[in-house]
Amino acid sequence: MTHHQDERSRQSIAWLALGAVAVTGLVGASVLTRQPMARHDADSAPGRTARQMRYGRFAVVGRTVTIHRPRDEVYRFWRDPSNLPTIMDHVAAITEQNNDLWTWQLDAPAGMTVHLETEIVSDRPGSEIAWKSTEASQVRTQGKVMFSDAPGDRGTEVEAIIAYTPVLGELGRLIAKLAGKDPETQGRRALKRLKMLLETGEIATSRNQREPEAPTAKAAESQQA
Amino acid sequence: MRALTWHGTKDVRVDTVPDPQIVNPRDAIIEITSTAICGSDLHLYNGLIPGVLPGDILGHEFMGRVVDVGPGSTLSVGDRVVVPFTISCGACFFCRHDLFSACDNSNPVDTQEVTEAQFGHAMAGLFGYSHLTGGYPGGQAQYARVPFSDVGPIVIPEGLSDDQVLFLSDILPTGWMAAENAKIEPGDTVAVWGCGPVGLFAIQSALLMGAETVIAIDHHSRRLDLARSLGAKVIDFRQTRVLEALTEMTGGIGPDAVIDAVGMESHGFVTDTILDKAKQALGLPYDAAHALREAIMACRKGGRISVPGVYGGLTQMFPMGAIMQKGLELRTGQTHVQRYLQPLLRRIEEGEIDTTFLISHHLSLEDAPKGYHNFLNHQDEWIKVVLKPH
Repeated sequence: MTHHQDERSRQSIAWLALGAVAVTGLVGASVLTRQPMARHDADSAPGRTARQMRYGRFAVVGRTVTIHRPRDEVYRFWRDPSNLPTIMDHVAAITEQNNDLWTWQLDAPAGMTVHLETEIVSDRPGSEIAWKSTEASQVRTQGKVMFSDAPGDRGTEVEAIIAYTPVLGELGRLIAKLAGKDPETQGRRALKRLKMLLETGEIATSRNQREPEAPTAKAAESQQA
Repeated sequence: MRALTWHGTKDVRVDTVPDPQIVNPRDAIIEITSTAICGSDLHLYNGLIPGVLPGDILGHEFMGRVVDVGPGSTLSVGDRVVVPFTISCGACFFCRHDLFSACDNSNPVDTQEVTEAQFGHAMAGLFGYSHLTGGYPGGQAQYARVPFSDVGPIVIPEGLSDDQVLFLSDILPTGWMAAENAKIEPGDTVAVWGCGPVGLFAIQSALLMGAETVIAIDHHSRRLDLARSLGAKVIDFRQTRVLEALTEMTGGIGPDAVIDAVGMESHGFVTDTILDKAKQALGLPYDAAHALREAIMACRKGGRISVPGVYGGLTQMFPMGAIMQKGLELRTGQTHVQRYLQPLLRRIEEGEIDTTFLISHHLSLEDAPKGYHNFLNHQDEWIKVVLKPH
C-alpha cells in the first residue's frame, strides 16, 4: 500500500460524506479512477448506481426504502443502538461508550467476529445520521442514513449508504457476497426488517415454531416491536 | 400433527410434523376443518414451480377454528374463519391501496431476493407455496400458523357450512377478480378459456356482473356441462376451431373480453404448445401459453384481456403486436383476496352465489396423495377435492 493510494482512499471517503450527488461527481474525477473514462454531465441518479464506479479501496453500497411512518419516528429508532441488532442479523451487539461512540460486534464470514467502533460525525434529528469508524476499529467504514419525506403521503424515504474496505480485498468482497454476508445484502435486509418492524410491529418469518430450528438462527427474528 | 408434504415431482405424502406455534404477536393458530386442493397445487405437484423444498407443507385454501392467538390478533379462540391464501400486513403502501397480494412485508427478507431478480420486485408471502413466496407452511394439515391474523381471516357466521364458504380462501375471489378485470359492460360477450374451478367461478361472476353471453372453452365434457349449467355457451376445443367459432358466435366482432383461466400448463394440439412443452421438459423457464395467445387473437379490437391463470416464467411468441395493434387492455395478478371477502360472503349468505356445485370429492387428509393423483389425471371426474383433516 503506497502512501499515494492511501491518500486517494481518504479523499474518496471524505467525498462520500458529502452525499450522493458529490459521489456522482467523484466518479468522474479521473484522479480517483484507475481507468480514465469519458466525462459526461452527472445525471440525477445516486452515484452508487453508476455503470462504472471507482472509490479506490472502498466498496460503496446503498439502498433506499420507503416506510409508512413519520420521519422522526424512523430517525429515533435508528438513533438508539439497542434497536439495531433487531434488524441487523450480522450485528451481535452494540455497546454505547457515549452518545456518539458505539462499539459493534459483527458476525463475519467463517465464524469470525469483527469489532467495529464508530463515531457519529453528523446528527441532524429527523434527517440524517452519519458515522465513521475510529482509529481503534478493526474495519474502516463510513456511512450515513438519510430520512426524507416520501411523496404522496407514503411516509419516509430512508436512504442508507455505506463505504467499507472489504476484508481480504476484492476477493473477500466476492466471497462475502456469495455467502450473503456482504454489506450490500446485509444492509438491504436490515432496511427491509426496519420497514417490517415499523410498519407492522413484527418481522415476517415463515417459521411455525417458536424455538429456532437451527441453533445459529437469530432470536431477533421472533422479537416483538 | 398430520400434514401433506411435498417430496418431489408427483411425490406428496402425509407426514407427522410438529404442531405450529404462535411466533409473532399478530399470529393465530387455526385448527383446520376443511382444506382444498387447488389447480395451482398441481403446478407444484408437476415440479414446475421453483423453490419448493422436500418437507414443505402444501395447501393454501383452508378454514377452521381459532385455537390460539397472539397479543396482536383481533380473533378470539373459537372463532370460525376462512383464511385467504395471500398473506398481507395491512399496513404497507400496497395493502393500504387494497393491493393485498402485493404486500411488501409478508415475504421474509431472506426469501425476497429471488423474485426481486426474477420479476424486478419481491412477491408477497403465500401459504403452502414456493419459498419464492416465503415458504410458509400450508393448510393441507391439521393446524396452521396464520400471520397477520388481524388482517387476513374472515370470521364466518354460524349457519353456513364449510362447503359454502371454503372457496372464499382463493378460487371464488380469484374468479370474481378475473371477471372484474374483464371490465364487463351490459351486452358484452365474455370468452373464458378453462373450465376448472377458477374458470367456472369467473363464468358465474361474469354473468352476475351483467355479461349478455359467456362462452366457455375446455375439452372435458363434465366441466363443459358445469359451465353450461351456470348459463354459459360452450366450445369443446377438440371438436371445434376455437378462433373461427368465436368470431362466428359474436357476429364477426370477437368477444369484448377474454379470460385466460388456464395459465402456464396450457394444452392444445398445436405447434406452439408442443414447442412450449418441449422447453418445459428441458427445464427451461418457459410457460405454455397457448390459451393466452388464442385469447389475445380472439379478443375484439379495443377489448380487455384478463389473466387469472398462473404464469411463473417467460412466455415466448407472445403476440404483443396483436395487443398493440388492436388496442387491447391486459389485466392480471395474484388475487387481492382480502378486498373481496366481505362482499362475496354477503352474496353467499343471500344465496346469490353457490359454490358447492363445484365439489366432486371429499377425502380425509390421509387420502390427499390419492386426491392429487386423480385431480391431475382424471380432470373430467375430479373437479374439486376437499380434504377433511380431523
